Amino acid sequence: MILHTVNKSPYADQTLLSCLRAASEKDTLLLIEDGVYGALKGGEYSALVESAAPRILVLAPDLEARGLLDKLSTTIATVDYAGFVELTVTHDKVVSWF
Amino acid sequence: MKSFLIITRRSPYGTSYGKEALDAVLMASAFVPVSLLFLDDGVFQIKQHQDADCIEIKDYSPTFAVLEQYDVKNIYVSASSLQHRGLTEKDLVLDVEVISDARIANLLDTNAVVLSF
Repeated sequence: MILHTVNKSPYADQTLLSCLRAASEKDTLLLIEDGVYGALKGGEYSALVESAAPRILVLAPDLEARGLLDKLSTTIATVDYAGFVELTVTHDKVVSWF
Repeated sequence: MKSFLIITRRSPYGTSYGKEALDAVLMASAFVPVSLLFLDDGVFQIKQHQDADCIEIKDYSPTFAVLEQYDVKNIYVSASSLQHRGLTEKDLVLDVEVISDARIANLLDTNAVVLSF
């Protein structure tokens, strides 16, 4: 059970796609920093992210900083910094995609 | 006088390119006619409701409001960049002109100097 983090916008970079190819359904993918752009509803990557194998979460402060709270895909949940820390504890390892 | 087109293509907080593009616009506008184009992830720079305090970064988006006073009146946003990201003109903080890819090609042709950030 792996916690993956992605910090790049899928609209500018292949990092999210690489992560999704490698992640399994037991895993969790947390979108952080510019990675949160992957959680936009109605965007080119929305369908891909919403149907992805791992559970997808978004770091709320990064979403809020970018003004995207009103654009978050309805199927994706957010976590705060404390939730991020908890995820690192409850998963076997963390893999950072950057 | 040579006209400048400044293209800003990066998201606001991952790198400093966006802020540097804005600085370049403000500086160049003192000397020459300047147009500004938000392209690709650059459109995220003018998304409404940004609050960079959440991530302890200085928010430069309020500076866009002074562009008008600097005589930067030609501000463009790529229609296809907005559409790919699920955004519309209503999501933006600035009064901008949404333009097609053909218009962008025309801007590249008609401006003497093009700077891309």
